[in-house]
Amino acid sequence: MHIMFFTERAYHAVPEDEVFKRRSFFGVPNKFFDAPTGARLLNEYIDEKIYCDELGFDGLMLNEHHGTPFCMGAVMDVEAAVLARATKRAKIVLLGNPIPTVSNPLRMAEELAMIDMISGGRLVPGWVRGAGSEQLANNANPAYNREYFDEAHDLILAAWTKPGPFRWEGKHFHYRFVNPWVLPLQKPHPPIWIPGLISPETVKWCAQHRYPYVALATLLGPTLEMFNMYAKIAGDLGYQAGPENFGYLQPVFCADTEEKAEEMGKNFLFGGGFAHFARPEWMFPPGYNSKEATRRLAAQAANPNLPGQITGIMDHDPVDDADLQKLKKQLYDTYPQWLKQSQMITGTPKTIVPKLRHVLEVLRPGIFSFWLDGPSPLKDRRRCVELLGKEVVPALRDIGKELGLEDPFTRTPGSVKVSGKAEPVGRPELIGEAMSA
Amino acid sequence: MAESILKEETFRVGETELRVLKGGQGKPLLVLHGEMGFPGWLQWEEAMAKKRTLWIPLHPGFGKTPMASWIMNVRDLGAFYSRFIREQKLTPVDVIGFSLGGWLAAEMAAANSGQFGKMILVGATGLRPPTGEIMDMFTVTARGYVNANVLDSQHNPEFAKLFGGEQTPEQYEAWEEARAETARIAWAPYMYTQSMSELLANVAGLPTLILWGKQDPVVPLSAGEMYHQKIVGSKLVTFDNCGHMPAVEKPAEFIKAVESFLD
Repeated sequence: MHIMFFTERAYHAVPEDEVFKRRSFFGVPNKFFDAPTGARLLNEYIDEKIYCDELGFDGLMLNEHHGTPFCMGAVMDVEAAVLARATKRAKIVLLGNPIPTVSNPLRMAEELAMIDMISGGRLVPGWVRGAGSEQLANNANPAYNREYFDEAHDLILAAWTKPGPFRWEGKHFHYRFVNPWVLPLQKPHPPIWIPGLISPETVKWCAQHRYPYVALATLLGPTLEMFNMYAKIAGDLGYQAGPENFGYLQPVFCADTEEKAEEMGKNFLFGGGFAHFARPEWMFPPGYNSKEATRRLAAQAANPNLPGQITGIMDHDPVDDADLQKLKKQLYDTYPQWLKQSQMITGTPKTIVPKLRHVLEVLRPGIFSFWLDGPSPLKDRRRCVELLGKEVVPALRDIGKELGLEDPFTRTPGSVKVSGKAEPVGRPELIGEAMSA
Repeated sequence: MAESILKEETFRVGETELRVLKGGQGKPLLVLHGEMGFPGWLQWEEAMAKKRTLWIPLHPGFGKTPMASWIMNVRDLGAFYSRFIREQKLTPVDVIGFSLGGWLAAEMAAANSGQFGKMILVGATGLRPPTGEIMDMFTVTARGYVNANVLDSQHNPEFAKLFGGEQTPEQYEAWEEARAETARIAWAPYMYTQSMSELLANVAGLPTLILWGKQDPVVPLSAGEMYHQKIVGSKLVTFDNCGHMPAVEKPAEFIKAVESFLD
C-alpha cells in the first residue's frame, strides 16, 4: 500500500466572510493577499512535506489551482522541484497538472523531466482537466478542454519516449522541433496516475490507459461504482483491475484528544470548504462539460465537489450580514453529516485506525492519501502529521498487507491478465457499516 | 401575437445537416441569430413575414444543427454560410444579423460583399469597441447574461414571452449548447476579429443599415459608430432608452427602420 500526505496549501489568512459573501473562494479579490504571510505559509507547507518524508510517508501529493485562496500552489512544479532536492525517499506525486490550461505542453514535459532527474526518479506525474475556474484563470478555451487534454497528454509522452528531433502538427499544438535535452530518469517514462471527482469519461479514459485512478474524497458509494466501471472496462480490455489501479484521498484529522481532532475537522469547513470552491458559472464555463454531463446538470442542480450532498444550503447570495451569518451557521451545521458519511475522519490514532480500516475494506485502494486542511494552528497541524506518521501509517501498512492491497509499485497496473469476465472490486455491502463507524 | 409560421427544413452543406427555420412570402431574407441561439418568434418577424420569406439557419453546434468540428472561428462559420447561400441559389441575398450573427454577416460581407443585396447589423459584435468593452457572457450564467441584454428584463412582455418564468431543463441545455459553440468560435479575442476594422473597407458599396440601442450594455454604441464610419455609405439608426435587443425592446421603431430600409 502506498500512503501519502496532501494539503491544498490554502491561504487561510483571508477574511472568511469575504468567501461567504461571494459563496466562492475563486474570485475573492487579491487585495486580501499579504505577501509576507503567503511566503511564510508556503514555506511552512514545504517544511511539512519534508517532515512527512522524514516520518516515512510513501508519497507527497501536490495539486494546483489558480486565482484562489483555496490553494496557493499555482505552479505546482515549482514546489515539486524544491521537494525533489529537499526530500530523500518519498515519491513526489502531482495530482495533477491541468494540461488543458498549459499553452506549451513541451515546456511541461521538460519541467517534469527535470523534477524526475533531480529527485532521482521519484516523480509520479498526473494530469487533470482542471476545474472550470482554472480555464477562466488561464484563459484556456473550455470548449476545447478535452481536445487540449488528449493532445497535450500525447505530446508529453511523445516528447519523453520518441527519439527527437521530430515535428508535431496537431489540431491545437504545433512544434517544428521536438527534441528535449532533458528526459525523465524513469524509463520508459514516470508512472502516471490520474485523480478525479468521479467523472465517468475520465474513469473510462484511465481504464483504457491502465492508469491508476485516485478518487478525491468522493462519497464511498459513487466512488465504488466508478471503480467498478473501471474494472468492467479493464475486463473488456483483458486485464483484472485491482488495488493497484485505485486510490482514495480522505480528509483525516488526528490529535491527542477527540475534542481537538473534532475542532480541527470542523476547520475543514472554513469559508464553506469545497461547497464554496467556485460559483456555478465559474465551475461550468461554456463547453467544459460533455453533452451527457450537461444533460445530467439540466435535470438537477448539482455541485460537482459534493456529489449528492450539501447542495441548496446557500442557494442565494447573502442579502445582508444577518443572512450571511445564518447561512454560515447552516453550513457549519452540516459537520456531523460529513463525519457520518465518512467524508471526513477525526480522532486519536486509536480511534482513527478502525474507521480507516472500514474505508480500506470497502474501496480496497492500493493508494491512500491523508488530506489535512483548515485554519488550524501550526502546532496542531504538526502534531497531526506526527501522529499520522508515527502511529497511523504503520497500522495502515499492516492492514494493507492483511487485505492484500497491492500498490502500483508492487504490482504493475494492468499486468493481471483475464480471459472472460473480470471480477468486481471493493465491498459495497460494507458501506453502511463504514458510514456508521 | 400570432403563432410562429416557421417550418423547420434540413439542408445539406458539405458533411453538415443544416436545420433552417423557414416561413413567410416573397423575396428571401437571411436571418443570422446571435450567441444565445434563435430566441423565438417575435413581432418583427411576424411583420416581415408578410413581405419576405425568412430563412433562419440554426448555427452548427447550437443544438439542432450538429457541431462541425472544423468550424473554429467566425470566419470559418461565414465560409460555411457562403457555401450554403451559393448552393441554394440565394445570392445576392438580403441579410440581417443580430449580435454574433451581425459579426458573422460582417465577416461574410468583408470576404465577398457581392453575396449580399442589403445588410442589416443589429448590435453586432466583431469589432473591438474604441471605448468600453463587450460584456463577457462567459463569466456569468446564461440566465444572467440574457437578463443583462435588455435595460428592463422585468417589465417587457416580448422579453417575458421569450425568456420569462423558471428556466426549464430544455432551455438550460439549449443555452449551454449555445455558450459552448460561441466559446469554440469566439473565446479569444473575445467576440471580435483583430483585423475587422481594416477588412470593412471591402464592404464599401453594399447598402448597409446599422441598428443599435443607445444604452446597449453588451456591445457599446462606440462599436456601432465604428461600423458606420468604416462601412462607407452605411446608415446608423439608434434607439433611445434601449439595450442590446432593439427588436425586443423597441419593436415598433425597429420594424419601421427595417421595413423602410428593405423596401
